[in-house]
Amino acid sequence: MTPLPFADTEKTIAVPPQSADRPIERRGRIYGTESFGATDGPGIRFVVFMQGCPLRCRYCHNPDARILLRGDLRTVEDLMGEIRKEREFYEASDGGVTISGGEPLIQPEFVAELLRACRAEGIHTAVDTSGYADEERASIALKEADLVLLDLKTWDRKAHFRLTGVYPDRVHNLARYLAAIGKPVWLRFVLVPGLTDDPEDIETIARFAAGLGNVERVDVLPFHKMGEPKWERLGIPYTLKETPPPTPEQVASVVGIFRAHGLNAC
Amino acid sequence: MFEAWCGFEAGPWTDAIDVRDFIRRNYTPYLGDARFLEGPTGATQELWRQVRELMRVEREKGVLDVDTVVPSGITSHAPGYIDRDLERIVGLQTEKPLKRAILPFGGIRTVKDSLEAYGYTLDPRTEEVFTLWRKTHNDGVFDAYTPEMRAARSAGIITGLPDAYGRGRIIGDYRRVPLYGVDFLIARKECERDTLDTPEMTDEIIRLREELSEQVHSLNELKRMAAGYGFDISKPAATAQEAVQWLYFGYLAAIKEQNGAAMSLGRVTTFLDIYFERDLAEGRLTESEAQEIIDQFVMKLRMVRFLRPPAYNELFSGDPTWVTEALAGMGLDGRPLVTRTTFRMLHTLYNLGPAPEPNLTVLWSQDLPDSFKRYCARVSIEKSAIQYENDDLMRLTFGDDYGIACCVSAMKIGKQMQFFGARANLAKALLYAINGGRDEVTGKQVGPKLPPIEGEYLEEATVRERFEEITDWLANLYVKTLNVIHYMHDRYCYERMEMALHDRDITRFFATGIAGLSVVADALSAIRYARVRPIRNEAGLAVEFDIEGDFPRYGNDDDRADALAVELVENFMEKLRRQKTYRNAVPTLSVLTITSNVVYGKMTGSTPDGRKRGEAFAPGANPMHGRDTRGAVASMRSVAKLPYEDAQDGISYTFSIVPPALGRTACDRERNLTALLDGYTRCGGHHINVNVFDRATLLHAMDHPEEYPQLTVRVSGYAVNWNKLTREQQREVIRRTFHEAI
Repeated sequence: MTPLPFADTEKTIAVPPQSADRPIERRGRIYGTESFGATDGPGIRFVVFMQGCPLRCRYCHNPDARILLRGDLRTVEDLMGEIRKEREFYEASDGGVTISGGEPLIQPEFVAELLRACRAEGIHTAVDTSGYADEERASIALKEADLVLLDLKTWDRKAHFRLTGVYPDRVHNLARYLAAIGKPVWLRFVLVPGLTDDPEDIETIARFAAGLGNVERVDVLPFHKMGEPKWERLGIPYTLKETPPPTPEQVASVVGIFRAHGLNAC
Repeated sequence: MFEAWCGFEAGPWTDAIDVRDFIRRNYTPYLGDARFLEGPTGATQELWRQVRELMRVEREKGVLDVDTVVPSGITSHAPGYIDRDLERIVGLQTEKPLKRAILPFGGIRTVKDSLEAYGYTLDPRTEEVFTLWRKTHNDGVFDAYTPEMRAARSAGIITGLPDAYGRGRIIGDYRRVPLYGVDFLIARKECERDTLDTPEMTDEIIRLREELSEQVHSLNELKRMAAGYGFDISKPAATAQEAVQWLYFGYLAAIKEQNGAAMSLGRVTTFLDIYFERDLAEGRLTESEAQEIIDQFVMKLRMVRFLRPPAYNELFSGDPTWVTEALAGMGLDGRPLVTRTTFRMLHTLYNLGPAPEPNLTVLWSQDLPDSFKRYCARVSIEKSAIQYENDDLMRLTFGDDYGIACCVSAMKIGKQMQFFGARANLAKALLYAINGGRDEVTGKQVGPKLPPIEGEYLEEATVRERFEEITDWLANLYVKTLNVIHYMHDRYCYERMEMALHDRDITRFFATGIAGLSVVADALSAIRYARVRPIRNEAGLAVEFDIEGDFPRYGNDDDRADALAVELVENFMEKLRRQKTYRNAVPTLSVLTITSNVVYGKMTGSTPDGRKRGEAFAPGANPMHGRDTRGAVASMRSVAKLPYEDAQDGISYTFSIVPPALGRTACDRERNLTALLDGYTRCGGHHINVNVFDRATLLHAMDHPEEYPQLTVRVSGYAVNWNKLTREQQREVIRRTFHEAI
């Protein structure tokens, strides 16, 4: 196994704390926005992609979102200007705003503020996270979200490290924390042939997920290579060139495992 | 009261022609889902198999067969059948299925060229008649054109003019035929004519009296044509099967007489449903039989053929006829105009497979029943063959009994018509403004001679000032040209059958259009927010543009750029309103290019937005390809800002998306597409084409057309068969407007 490029340790990047008495001025590092997200929570969603991620997932489709300092600095109010415009679409679809990334929870103060601003205007909110975050710091943002989209990648610690460059313990802790505070969660499981398709491993994840009690839905996401050109542009070797996307049958069988545990999987 | 009206609630419609009143009093809204629908009957399947086989041969040969002798008229050809025993609805344009007729009244040259392109020769006697003895529309137009009009036409600053063929875009109220029977209609028309006498016999009155007489002639011919098929349509239709048949005869007579660029059907579905409901209630019909009638009616509409030159097909992609049928919408009384037959009509896309015609257009309202919205979304996702138009917007102006001519042009059925007028190329106009009225491709002085813009960088104030002057000239010349065309069309190629199915006193629209909107908006934005340096050739013409710096682009919900597009529409419309139009028609404007955006782009030099010479424009009101980077909602919101009140002939937007980007599950996708349509409607968007495709499927279909005989895609305002697009157009469709997830 070759070492992964930019493999960060658990101490990685954090935004310098900002003074709490100037909340409206707070700025976040943003990778980009998408006005039509239809796969990131219920309904039509405005998606804010936060810059910066401590993980180095081999199938990452936004590898250019990893380095925090490369993002554009934007204020909550600035983003709210864009978000407000789409009200007709959230209303028509029971949609809202999803904060994704990158990993949003490495900028928890900013994310919390953005979520509060949305909720103040009655807009449904979701945070899409790898779950790899310090529970205490992340909680300030997670408390403000109506829904959390949480990735569970693989249960096996070593496999998880090989896949993402980090160990999964924090992710599991965060999942337990979300269960403890009763936060609705949609789990996301990326099915990568040869990497995350071990039925026993999936079985363990399913059992864990079912035990949490707050998992409303499980999305089994077939691995795709849409991010590959970005890796090439960045000059980072892409290690999944030969990996095929899973077949519909493979996806169905994994969905079956989750369903067997009483989870609403699709 | 006619016996055929038994069981219908009487009202004003029983004494005077008022189809809307009949519908309102007698239709049954349907709020349920699609589960009642039935598959095709054996007869339908067998008939469709035969037709598809004929279509396959036709695709190989270009045209299946042509009558090179007899000009088409309502009674010109003997009755034709596909397979008489299987046909529930009969009637063909000629005596044989898919055999094309010639319609020389629009122009004999087009007929001759089209025949020769497919290896046929025009009968010398027929040619003689239309050269020596009978003048055509095309001849009339060219007798009256000025040199300036000819120059603008050949430079492509005014394009797609209906000066050599039928103008189309007129929708007869074909429902009047089954509801009243032809004798009633003839009596009304004769009465309208006979009461038309004034102290002064002006040319308006003479013309109208002659037109009304022509209309009566056409109604008599319509009766004769139907009699040839064994039907007496002088009295109202008594059953659903008769109602569909009578109505189709009316439409068939129109297309036998006119090969208009667009020959819409109107808004017949909910009307027909009243007859189906009555027959079903009385036990005269089963659901399967009802579906069979609709399937076979639609099959006939899919077989409408006109003989057109290959160049025309290149312009419009394939062989479109725009048999546009407007479905659903809301009544002014708050009841949805959705019936079981609305579902049956959409269901033909399953029973017969997807196809471009009829051009099924759903008049979308937020208030439509959820079950119907969801069904539409499912059909769109699975078939991509329907378009949507904002009924909440159009109902305010056009009420609840309007149809759509061609792609996006609303008109009250039987009460309004339009003079169709192609489009003015605004991107070229901008280049004329920069180059002192000279054409950037040919160097010819086409526009007014203005001082060319000098200096290293384009300066906004100067460019705008010159652009104003050029568009003043263009709006004036454009309307003058169309006046010539429509004067001649009325004179030599009058639509007597379609107009016989209108009221006497109608509103006429003067339907102009623009092309290149997003190009010019972005160009003006570049000039304002970045620095644009023209690169001039030895003749002093700006032929390339170098842009320094970034600028906001139309299509990202950014008011800085979007406001420029809005202003362009408002200004050009304002200039049109100042012109004197033929027959005092009311000017309207469309932002619609059909697929001619490819051809217009070819004729236009590089533009200051960074678009290169020859590159296609975006279709209709779409942002330029790849420039709407903020996703579909932002793109839609930009388009929705264009003011419908200044573009009442329609604002077309084409949206293509890969299925996974629409949602995770089939249910998510249906819900999200429904919501997307609701959101677009709420923010005032007018029209949207929805394509749900894999890019990979389209790429595969480019190389393996035989595997996708029925693949249908929607482009600006109508659907086309993928295999009938040129390769260039196919590439262009794939390149543009595909929204995928990040």
